[in-house]
Amino acid sequence: MSLRFGLAGAVAIATAWMSPAQSDTIKVGIIGTMSGPYALFGQNFKYGIDTWVAKHGSKVGDHQIEFVYRDEESPNPAKSKSLAQELIVKEKVQYIAGLYFTPDALAVAPLLEEAKVPMIVMNAATSAIVEKSPYIVRTSFTMWQNTVPAAKVAKAKGAKKVAIAVSDYGPGIDAEAAFKKTFEADGGTIAQSIRMPLNTTDFGPIMQRIKDSGADMIFTFLPAGPPTLGFVKAYIDNGLKASGVKLLSTGDVVTEPDLPNIGDSGEGILSTYHYAVSHDSPENKTFLADMIKAGAKPDEITMASVAAYDGARLIYKMVEATNGQKDPDKALAAVKGIKWVSPRGPVSIDPDTRHIRQNVYLREVVKQDGKLLNKELQTFDAQPDWGLAKN
Amino acid sequence: MAWTGLSIGLDALSYGMVLFIISIGLSIMMGLMRVVNLAHGAFAMIGGYLASFALKNAGVGYPLAIVLTVLGTIAIAFPLEFLLYRRIYRKSDELTQILLTIGIAFVIIGVANYVLGPTTKPIPLPPLLSGPVDLGFRMIPAHRIFVVICGVCTAGLLWLLIDRTEFGIRLRAAVDNGDMAESLGIKTQILFSATFALAVGLAAFGGVVGAELLPVEPFYALRYMVTFLVVVSVGGAGSIPGAVAASILLGLADTTGKYLAPEYGEFFFYLAVILVVFLFPNGLLGRRH
Repeated sequence: MSLRFGLAGAVAIATAWMSPAQSDTIKVGIIGTMSGPYALFGQNFKYGIDTWVAKHGSKVGDHQIEFVYRDEESPNPAKSKSLAQELIVKEKVQYIAGLYFTPDALAVAPLLEEAKVPMIVMNAATSAIVEKSPYIVRTSFTMWQNTVPAAKVAKAKGAKKVAIAVSDYGPGIDAEAAFKKTFEADGGTIAQSIRMPLNTTDFGPIMQRIKDSGADMIFTFLPAGPPTLGFVKAYIDNGLKASGVKLLSTGDVVTEPDLPNIGDSGEGILSTYHYAVSHDSPENKTFLADMIKAGAKPDEITMASVAAYDGARLIYKMVEATNGQKDPDKALAAVKGIKWVSPRGPVSIDPDTRHIRQNVYLREVVKQDGKLLNKELQTFDAQPDWGLAKN
Repeated sequence: MAWTGLSIGLDALSYGMVLFIISIGLSIMMGLMRVVNLAHGAFAMIGGYLASFALKNAGVGYPLAIVLTVLGTIAIAFPLEFLLYRRIYRKSDELTQILLTIGIAFVIIGVANYVLGPTTKPIPLPPLLSGPVDLGFRMIPAHRIFVVICGVCTAGLLWLLIDRTEFGIRLRAAVDNGDMAESLGIKTQILFSATFALAVGLAAFGGVVGAELLPVEPFYALRYMVTFLVVVSVGGAGSIPGAVAASILLGLADTTGKYLAPEYGEFFFYLAVILVVFLFPNGLLGRRH
């Protein structure tokens, strides 16, 4: 009796052992902020990917694609690294994607070459990330990419003295450097340059400091999330808006889910960004309708979902090019220089930097049909990552 | 320069008052009932959520929303009091208290995150309190003036309640010698329950009026808990003047630091904490236990 069961068990184990090799499932590990204060963006990764899968199927040729999600929670490099290790060793993923925060992306980068796993960065926006491994490609944006047009706008709007206030971490410092370099090259003056700790919630003193500096415009970057709201409110409530100091930011500060909270007093805030939910194109209309079908709430769609949607496109392309085999060089070669029309507009992957080239738009917060949105005013065509282009 | 000083002082005062309103409830719990209530921030957060709901979804006015919020939070907290907190009043085993209350905080965070989502919930202000007010030498958010008034009123009323009323006398008697108070006919259980309700109500009140400075989101419950505990330990547990002094001192350290050297983050805040705790191990006005 027991022998027969033992035999049956052995056969069952052997079959279970064999089957994954035959069925050919290609796993893709997604590391994103699935819980915690930034969970909205992790959910956006998921909705973006789900939307792609719903539209293009879960198979590339004969290869079944399976997405495995892991929770990055917060800027936590040690955790992200161990999640990536677990995905590579235990789940045997062929691709890693996601990564909301720069420090987390940087922590994962050193693993890629040895493990022969390409990584598709769907948010983290510090320029240097793509230089850390030849297997990294990015579908989101960089601070330099969005900030250089902002500095041009500041000049065009007649700003003379600008106060810069950025969050004190990688992308913030990139934004500060990009703005300073571009604006000063155009003959502008930087009145103040303030680096705000990431956990700041009371921006009153900072606003007072900016006001005392005599700046006529503020340029700011904070990562999309709870603090941006406090910053914009402090700007309005401390009377800077009323006294004519303009606010210019990257789009992270006025993401669509935050606009209703900022309220009507946010009207007129200028920002430069690569994607507005209100972007008027047939691709974007279809994308938004598909997102809602996939379960996303209309008021909670952000740029992270578009980066994930385009990221999934690259993953499918890579699987197709390698025919499901683990060949990162071939996979990367397949996406370098690739062009397509994204919901955000025409884009391409720069073959040298492996970063996405895209339009950057100047937008203004306006009220249309009782709803606040970022209305595109001006387009800066096919912007590269200026941070990498100049080095 | 003098204007700059005054300007920093105003920001410091309003930030300090928010800290005071939220922390005083914790101070009462810790000082009078000897409970290290790590779920205090969670109650403040519940207050914020209820206010957001009342104002945005139910459409009640701001003053009524505050009252409903305070009562609502107490109503939510009461079953916890009845089932859990009642067992740990005045028990000296701090580890049990910490494990229990932090567990409650985690549960509340989890529920809030799951049910209400991770985004910040706005608490819209009435027109009277929103926007800037011109003081001549600077503009200040009208809301900050309101917060300062709330803080001063809270401090005054609490002092009257604990130092000047029958309730206060009985409470202090029950705290100093529970068994003796009980044998004299004071119903300590009811007193403690009432005090718990008071502490929770203050947390909720602070959560609502302080939401502009400490935005309401699921991790509120733990994010600011360290700050609240610091106010209590710097001021001295159970002391109202101590909590006022600590809140203003820490608000001043934090705000001045942010104005003069924002890149140093919370360095000045914690420097002030270290200095005070070094010089006054029981807090500024705390009693030796």
